[in-house]
Amino acid sequence: MNDAPAAEIRIVADRLTKRFGDFVAVNEVSFEAKRGEIMGFLGPNGAGKSTTIRILCGLLRPSSGRAEVAGLDVARYPERVRENIGYMSQKFSLYNDLSVTENLRFFGGVYGVKGARLAERLDFAIDMAGLKGREDALVADLSGGWKQRLALGAAVMHEPAILFLDEPTSGVDPESRRRFWDLIYTLAGEDVCVVITTHYMDEAEYCNRIALINGGKLVALGSPGELKRSAIRGEILLVEGDDPGAMLEALEAAPAVRDVAPFGSSLHIVVDDAARDLPAIKALLGERALGWSRIEPIKPTLEDVFVQLVAGDGARGGAQ
Amino acid sequence: MSLRRIKAIAKKEIIQVWRDPRSLMVVLLMPLMQMALLGYGVNLDIKHVPICVFDREGSQQSQALMKAFQASLYFRIVETERDYGAVKRAIDGGRCKMAVVIPPDFSQDLAATNSASVQAILDATDDNTANIALGYAQAVVASYSGNVQLERTQSLGQPPSAIPAVAQYRVWFNEDLVSRDFIMPGVVALVLALVGAQLTSLTISREWERGTMEVLVSTPVTRMELMTGKILPYFFIGLLDATLCLVIAVFWFETPFRGAITTLFVTTSLFLIVVLGLGYFISASIRSQVGASQIALVVTLLPTTLLSGFAFPIEQMPPAIQGLTFLVPARYYFSILKSVFLKGSGLADLVAPIVLLALYATIIGLLAARAFRKTLG
Repeated sequence: MNDAPAAEIRIVADRLTKRFGDFVAVNEVSFEAKRGEIMGFLGPNGAGKSTTIRILCGLLRPSSGRAEVAGLDVARYPERVRENIGYMSQKFSLYNDLSVTENLRFFGGVYGVKGARLAERLDFAIDMAGLKGREDALVADLSGGWKQRLALGAAVMHEPAILFLDEPTSGVDPESRRRFWDLIYTLAGEDVCVVITTHYMDEAEYCNRIALINGGKLVALGSPGELKRSAIRGEILLVEGDDPGAMLEALEAAPAVRDVAPFGSSLHIVVDDAARDLPAIKALLGERALGWSRIEPIKPTLEDVFVQLVAGDGARGGAQ
Repeated sequence: MSLRRIKAIAKKEIIQVWRDPRSLMVVLLMPLMQMALLGYGVNLDIKHVPICVFDREGSQQSQALMKAFQASLYFRIVETERDYGAVKRAIDGGRCKMAVVIPPDFSQDLAATNSASVQAILDATDDNTANIALGYAQAVVASYSGNVQLERTQSLGQPPSAIPAVAQYRVWFNEDLVSRDFIMPGVVALVLALVGAQLTSLTISREWERGTMEVLVSTPVTRMELMTGKILPYFFIGLLDATLCLVIAVFWFETPFRGAITTLFVTTSLFLIVVLGLGYFISASIRSQVGASQIALVVTLLPTTLLSGFAFPIEQMPPAIQGLTFLVPARYYFSILKSVFLKGSGLADLVAPIVLLALYATIIGLLAARAFRKTLG
């Protein structure tokens, strides 16, 4: 990753920090992203994902640190950076009182797309959003999935080299989410560098690389596989039973168990060696008369990684 | 500056105004309503003042005087009273602004001494109306006594006595001294100031409120392009409104118009740039639509009515307040409009206010462009 040639690097964030008064929204975040790469920002609400993206788009000035996008310093050449980026904000930001075509023409116009290329991009965007035949519909009358694909279409009218998508799939049905990800893959396949924030764990799995962000800090950076291998020390056991609350309490006290976390109605526990520790855990639950329907080793998910790293980070923070 | 980007923004803005009933109302209905309201409502002439009469004599002469009041356009006799108590109640109750009381010896005095007095009782809670009404009453009585004198000399078979020296006034520019002729240019200035600032006051704040600004600032559009693209459509809408107001003033309210259309066009364009720029400045500074619209209203309505010379003559203000009026753009436009309408002044006569208005437009434009920041928070 680090030996990519300079021309491949589309984004450089160097110790980016953003303070709002006493609150540190982004704390010394550094990373690089290459062309054709889908980089996911994963973290809870308020972790600093959106703030980081806004700094990279030149919408917020960092308190300290430096950002380079498309080979240009964002603070020094904000307008030239903006010619090279597309941005989809968290809140839907097309004009509801304009039609599909009017919106796309407007964004084409402000991005300086003209003539035959404008017509061609217009076709492309309408096609991409699946809005053929509804070109004259008011955007206000479109449903969530269409609006979101249209917003993506507007953001790529000028064929930007870099695309910033801030929680683009929130509040959209699963089918639309899947279609949206197909589009992102297509764009990445055309060498667009895509930075996307999400708090859906399953979406994070689709990214080439994930930047895990919590409390403004970059907690981990790597591919989903790398994160799972490096973050989880030990193995994961899935436990299901009648009384998850009581089981959680009992397992937290068990010596073999390094960590317990609820996942829906079941529990994930982290142990050093699943085969070795399983009998002891079963014995413990039997002792407390807690019935279980299922205990078995599973492959770690990104959510396990997230719980591990975020909890670990919290503990470190508390120790300081 | 990219023309393409300015065009894209201007086009979008026009579509939005066209589809937004609220904007359309500001554009079309507001100037019409204000012209009607102010044109009819603000009238410094007093007509048909309600009065009551108490004729204590009931003679032919006293009835003739009553008729003179009745015939006058300035008064309307609403009640005839029979005692002072009723007169008092009519005035206390606000039914009459003035009572005319004719003494019981009116015709006797008139015959004997060639002079008689009439009592006028006025409700001076509104001293301005009372003063003017009193003036009119004196005029009615004076013309009545003139007639009496004329009849008398004629009945005696004498030639009319020499007419005593009378001061003759010649009023220029507003020959009829109709206050509406003076007010209409002020109404046009006021309506344009109000509508102009309202039009642009929403243009930036709306984008912030709806969340569309966040993406717009991520595009390469510059501050100057955004301002030009956003003000341009409203400039043409403003010219349309100005035409509407001027047509109403001239053809409906019959305000005399003696100037040239080009003078009007040049000065109105300048004034529009000032008020549109002001609205844009407010909109860019305050990111809420309601707040921006209200501030635009206060900033235009109060100074324009109070300090432009429209309601109160600037010459009569204390020096400190006079200084303040130089900050009110409507002051210049109002004086220009008055001159163009009533005096027929041309561009050459109006160099000073035009230069000041242009200076104003430049400063507001620069402030407005700077007020918009392409960053969040």
